[in-house]
Amino acid sequence: MNWKPATLGGWGRTSMVPMRTCRPERLGEIQRALGEVGPEGLVVRGGARSYGDLAVNGGGRALLTERLNRLLSFDSNTGILVSEPGVTFFDLMQVFLPRGFIVPVSPGTGFATLGGAVAADVHGKNHDWAGSFGDHLLWLDLMLASGEVVRASPEERPELFAATIGGLGLTGVVTALAVRLMRLPSPALTVRRQPARDLDTLLAELESRRDRATFSVAWVDALARGGSLGRGIVETADPAPEAGPLAPSRSAWTVPDLFPSATLNRASVWAFNRWYYRRVPTAGQVRTMSFEQFLYPLDRLLHWNRIYGRRGFFQFQCVLPEEDGANGLREILEMAAKAHGASFLSVLKTLGKEGRGHLSFARRGYTLALDFPRRGGTDVLLAMLERATLDHGGRVYLAKDARLSRVGFAAMYPKLDRFRAVLAEVDPEGRLSSDLARRLGLREEAI
Amino acid sequence: MSVAGSASISAAGPWEGHLWLVLGGSSSVARSFALAAAAGGAEVLLAGRDRLDLERTAADVRVRTGRRAEAIYFDADPYTDHAAFADACRIKAGAAGATLDVLLAFGVMPEQAAMDRDFALAQSAIMVNYTGAVSILARLVPVLEAQGRGRVVVLNSVAGDRGRLKNYLYGSAKAGLNTYLQGLRARLVRSGVGVTTVKAGFLDTAMTWGLPGLFLVASPAACAQACLAAAAKGRDVVYFPRFWRWIMAIIKVIPERRFKRMNI
Repeated sequence: MNWKPATLGGWGRTSMVPMRTCRPERLGEIQRALGEVGPEGLVVRGGARSYGDLAVNGGGRALLTERLNRLLSFDSNTGILVSEPGVTFFDLMQVFLPRGFIVPVSPGTGFATLGGAVAADVHGKNHDWAGSFGDHLLWLDLMLASGEVVRASPEERPELFAATIGGLGLTGVVTALAVRLMRLPSPALTVRRQPARDLDTLLAELESRRDRATFSVAWVDALARGGSLGRGIVETADPAPEAGPLAPSRSAWTVPDLFPSATLNRASVWAFNRWYYRRVPTAGQVRTMSFEQFLYPLDRLLHWNRIYGRRGFFQFQCVLPEEDGANGLREILEMAAKAHGASFLSVLKTLGKEGRGHLSFARRGYTLALDFPRRGGTDVLLAMLERATLDHGGRVYLAKDARLSRVGFAAMYPKLDRFRAVLAEVDPEGRLSSDLARRLGLREEAI
Repeated sequence: MSVAGSASISAAGPWEGHLWLVLGGSSSVARSFALAAAAGGAEVLLAGRDRLDLERTAADVRVRTGRRAEAIYFDADPYTDHAAFADACRIKAGAAGATLDVLLAFGVMPEQAAMDRDFALAQSAIMVNYTGAVSILARLVPVLEAQGRGRVVVLNSVAGDRGRLKNYLYGSAKAGLNTYLQGLRARLVRSGVGVTTVKAGFLDTAMTWGLPGLFLVASPAACAQACLAAAAKGRDVVYFPRFWRWIMAIIKVIPERRFKRMNI
């Protein structure tokens, strides 16, 4: 197997580290790669859109799935698609939107892969009714660290299935997965934007829409404080059956890697937020958009993470149960607004039910995502946010995380023991690993 | 970048009524080529040793393009029964009522130093890259001649343009193949069959992954498109990417007494 040295990191570019990478094109090569892994471990890396160290294995090996990207079967009667793990959401949209099918759960970027969507059990802007990605999986074929391929589904090896959904790629390499696509309700979406002047208004607006709208999401001005704390724009989208053919979307722009780390500072973000908030009239706004435009707003700006400069940025995303959620959100937004790190992309959504995986992020509640440029003091802020999340009974999303503590992690994920038991069984030598797995002590206390 | 590209279901295309036989169907160029040919209306027959892998590529072609795609076992080793294989291909094309076209995309490139130490390895490289290619083409060509039409595209290498310190054994097999194709082209032009030699530079494939000293590496999808376009236009010899023609023009004019001391 050829191993190519490369310096790679997460999407937030906070930990760029050397790894030896392989890029198998067929199953035999995955097997060969696994056979060459020693104690340095191997991480499975898809679209590399996780922000922290989930797809990072400093000093070790990485298996890139980009060329395991074949579609293996599609049944237009049932909507069941069988695919390899390296297929991206963007690719799926290209192939299936013209045929009237869509993947029911999509993350915020089309560059994520289906394998990655399993590993992080991703959610979209429709979690209230659609659940997480794992909820639409029928089965998975996994190549275990031993090279053996096994099938996991709710009926066959259910514990392995549950450990793999949201399992951070640590249970094995997905060689095939079956997911049920749904019929596309319409070729386009009607998007409604409504400004909300403070957090209570915003939450009330989201609450009133969560069971009615197909998609709902809110952008939050994370710099607003006092009476305007939590002000933002609620965006909902529903099928637009009458919409005519949309003009082809404009081509993508590539962000050059020359932004100083100070580009996104308090002043620039304040100016941006003010413009962004005010561009929507108080009475609201209605637009027609394609699914891709709505689902992947940032994908037309290739490498947008470079705007944060070479030092990179952190994303913090938590979910808080509703009971005390408003207070928790207020506390977190206060901390964020007070801290010198200004959050540029701040997104609030509602989530429906608990995910199927042992380490699934989703549970019913409010989820808030904040971006912070990396600088002195950001670690302290992240520790405070972790504390606040715990105090309000929430959890931090591992696909975004780079700083969560072991204790905090164990307290947030009650099914951790079951996950560890599966890992001890399928990969006793710990050949599959990552910086995140070591940081959070995912394998420790394994029996 | 994705190997697949963005092929979509096509109602009709320039390759309607053609069956492209892709020899060495597991390579990334072959995968992209199969998708591009099927998107252009062709049926494809993916031939190689890794049957399971070929079945996956065939499935991908069917799902993405709605065209027929099949896998068939093939070993480039000239001591296997290439005559029977060619006959099977003839029958499949006949049954589909299609013109048989051939893409030859198999090859191996062991490290020169390893072949210097181990002649068995050198011999197997010659066997696959030269003898195997000639053996299968010799058996397939009569089928194309009998059709009175069709295309043969051979994915060759710029390494065949001059023997270099770093890669001369592989290069010599590719040079031999190149000369063979020149003669084959002259033979087949008399029966309306085109022969296209694609001299590829560095490609981003499993073969070159992690090799040091590569530059201007091109994607397999772009190479596949170039192979298909060259076949459609009936080109004889093309370099891919095109600028390799100029790089090789320079490399070829360096006097041998200088060249032999160069570390390339």
